[in-house]
Amino acid sequence: MKYAAKRLATLLVTMLLVSLLAFLAFELISGDPAEIMLGTQATPECLAALRAEMGLDQPLMVRCLQWLMGFFSGDLGTSYHYKQPVWELIAPKMAVTLCLSAISFLLIIVVSIPLGLLSAGRSGGRGEGLRTAVNQLCMAVPAFFTGMLLSWVFGVALKWFTAGRFPDLREDFWGAVQYLFFAAVAIAIPRIAMTVRMLRSTVNSEMGKDYVRTAISRGNDRGAVLRRHVLKNAVVPVVAFLAQTLAEILAAGVVVEQVFAIPGLGRLLVASISNRDYPVVQVIVVLLAFWVVLAGTLADLIQQRIDPRLRLGGSL
Amino acid sequence: MNKRKIAGLITTGLLAAMLSGCGGDAAQTPAPQESFQHQAIPNELTVAIAQDLDDSLDPHMTVAAGTKEIMFNVFEGLVKPTPDGDLVPAVASDYTISDDRTTYTFTLRDGVKFHNGQTVTADDVVWSIRRCADAEGGSSLVESFSAVTDVAALDDKTVAITIAEPDNEFFSYLTAAILPKDYDKQDTAPVGTGPFRYVSRSAQDNVVLERFEDYWGTPAKMDRVTLKVMENPDSLLMSLQSGAVDLCAHMTSSRVAQLEEDFYIAEGTMNLVQALYLNNAEKPFDDVRVRQALCYAVDRQQILDLAFDGYGSLIGSSMYPAFGKYFDDSLTNYYTHDVEKAKALLADAGYPDGFDMTITVPSNYTPHIDTAQVIAEQLKAVGINAKLELVEWGTWLSDVYSGRQFQSTVVGLDASTMTARALLARFESSAKRNFINYQSEEYDALYAKAQTTFDDAQQTQLYKDLERNLAENAANVYIQDLADLVAVRKGLEGLRFYPIYVLDLSTLEWAG
Repeated sequence: MKYAAKRLATLLVTMLLVSLLAFLAFELISGDPAEIMLGTQATPECLAALRAEMGLDQPLMVRCLQWLMGFFSGDLGTSYHYKQPVWELIAPKMAVTLCLSAISFLLIIVVSIPLGLLSAGRSGGRGEGLRTAVNQLCMAVPAFFTGMLLSWVFGVALKWFTAGRFPDLREDFWGAVQYLFFAAVAIAIPRIAMTVRMLRSTVNSEMGKDYVRTAISRGNDRGAVLRRHVLKNAVVPVVAFLAQTLAEILAAGVVVEQVFAIPGLGRLLVASISNRDYPVVQVIVVLLAFWVVLAGTLADLIQQRIDPRLRLGGSL
Repeated sequence: MNKRKIAGLITTGLLAAMLSGCGGDAAQTPAPQESFQHQAIPNELTVAIAQDLDDSLDPHMTVAAGTKEIMFNVFEGLVKPTPDGDLVPAVASDYTISDDRTTYTFTLRDGVKFHNGQTVTADDVVWSIRRCADAEGGSSLVESFSAVTDVAALDDKTVAITIAEPDNEFFSYLTAAILPKDYDKQDTAPVGTGPFRYVSRSAQDNVVLERFEDYWGTPAKMDRVTLKVMENPDSLLMSLQSGAVDLCAHMTSSRVAQLEEDFYIAEGTMNLVQALYLNNAEKPFDDVRVRQALCYAVDRQQILDLAFDGYGSLIGSSMYPAFGKYFDDSLTNYYTHDVEKAKALLADAGYPDGFDMTITVPSNYTPHIDTAQVIAEQLKAVGINAKLELVEWGTWLSDVYSGRQFQSTVVGLDASTMTARALLARFESSAKRNFINYQSEEYDALYAKAQTTFDDAQQTQLYKDLERNLAENAANVYIQDLADLVAVRKGLEGLRFYPIYVLDLSTLEWAG
């Protein structure tokens, strides 16, 4: 219980700070939403009227408090640019982004854990140099580049999907998943490479420990030891890493969504920032913060399940 | 070996689990398989647009050129523009103008319907015109309609509009949309009388229009048009190649060169005055000799050749060729590339060794960035060291346009209506939009005279004099009207260009 309360408090404080920071950031950069809406035809009178209508003539603290009160009473506000309730605007995009993130994450786990185990314990063998090179390459190539490459090869040349024609998630779920799969691959590749490398080094360091030698000397099969004893110990730091990956996937998604023309949160976020559409940006930023904190909590819980030593709530 | 087998088994097992999981979803929602061949659904069209229609869809509030460009298909005024630059009756079928040129009497066309099924009445027209005249907000029409003194429905089919003083250009403002009376959801669910009706939009993704079956005129050819927002030029190119997008306007020459046999390129004009706009109040550009020196130093043809593959038409003042009678072609080559003359003028002005300057460019407009880069390079020949500063569009608007805190900038300015005044009004000394701080008593006098002259030939001449004044005083370094390159999928026909910034979707059709 104490743990849950602590986590909840962290979550609230983080979200509060993030929303405050977002307000401050907008205060510091130049550009005025009213002016962007009115464009080159603006007159000072129109601008003043529109600012008053949008509440921009209020001081920063007042706006911030109003927003917070609205947020906690479930009113996320209305977008300046789309004149739509922010929630209506964000919900369908969030569904797409969550799908993309989920597929990316599944890919990372499904591919990197077996690969990591496979490559562990084979150090020094033939192809070691090649493996390291491929691994380094996968880590270094940015997701947008892989994205463009995949989009061209599978979306234009091979026509496995139609680049630029993203099906509606509700109408054609399977088609949408198929489309998202290629974008997910682009996001997953560098993270798979990192996870494999990490898993490999943790497994290798565990394999050299006394308990492993003991287990093997008692006549156990190497593979069985690996699965039954080593994996549990080796995977703990990897889980923390994967939680961090969960947050990174979202960030990478912002870029990859643009390349694949996927209507997710990323594109909306970027557009809303350049339009200075504060209400939309605020909500997305807070949601992202929520996601990051949530991922951290999940990782904690999973680690504690695997490793009883962490369950005491102490700082081990 | 064993280890490898296990890992392989795990991999295949998980992959299979994942795929079958996805398959399960597909079984629950049996959706028709996406067809890759566009020909399978011949009467639909997907058009890519570079930015979302990102402000209110209410036509009386719309300011973004990209929004007006598309909503042209949804709304109509009493009159509407044609590709030749004329104005023809639309919601009205006929009109008369009183002898004192202050009262315009319109007879409404029979059976014009709104997209919601209602028939357009004189009340709707009166309401719409009044709304324009009273509108608070951004509409460029607000200023134009401030001259309206009275709008009245004479009977069910007749509306009279009275303006305070005769004004040759008032007629062109009557392209302002006619809307159903007291309908207050125009900003999110617009209703007009045009050949297409608005169906839906998804922010940063798409806008869907459908043919309006009860349109009074020639109905649109397409059943449905989807406008896809494609900000990323690479994904746009791939979407064209993959068949997801059929048409895209405002392409760069290097992009269209990458499109192969599936497309043809239609060339129109962007109808923009692209120039290196100079802050006339800022040193050293407060000196006319310095401004003229820049005009001589810049090689406009080289800009077209290097940055636009030769596309584009040169201009010499704040007017572009599509304006026909108002465009004075003799100004186009008022300044010719001449480095020696530029150096002499600079020396004369007290800058024999040139100076440093900053060109502020909005970062979302590649053509302007490219132009600025070529200019910076060319200015080196006369000793001027120009530095580029890229800013976000929002920053450009607040700092450069409203704040007038800049030295020079490359942008393209458009005309909001088909009138010469729309392009020339801003250079009057006291004009609020005179962001370059242009000051010329002669210009102000000419402009005032043009506003009170009603003989068309005389007025046209006065507008040409205004253009000459801008050229002679080198208000800005005028460059070009950009070419509008439209990538069109082969088989798609009927694209028409207008002298204003609109994309007419109603005449597009699949051949055969």
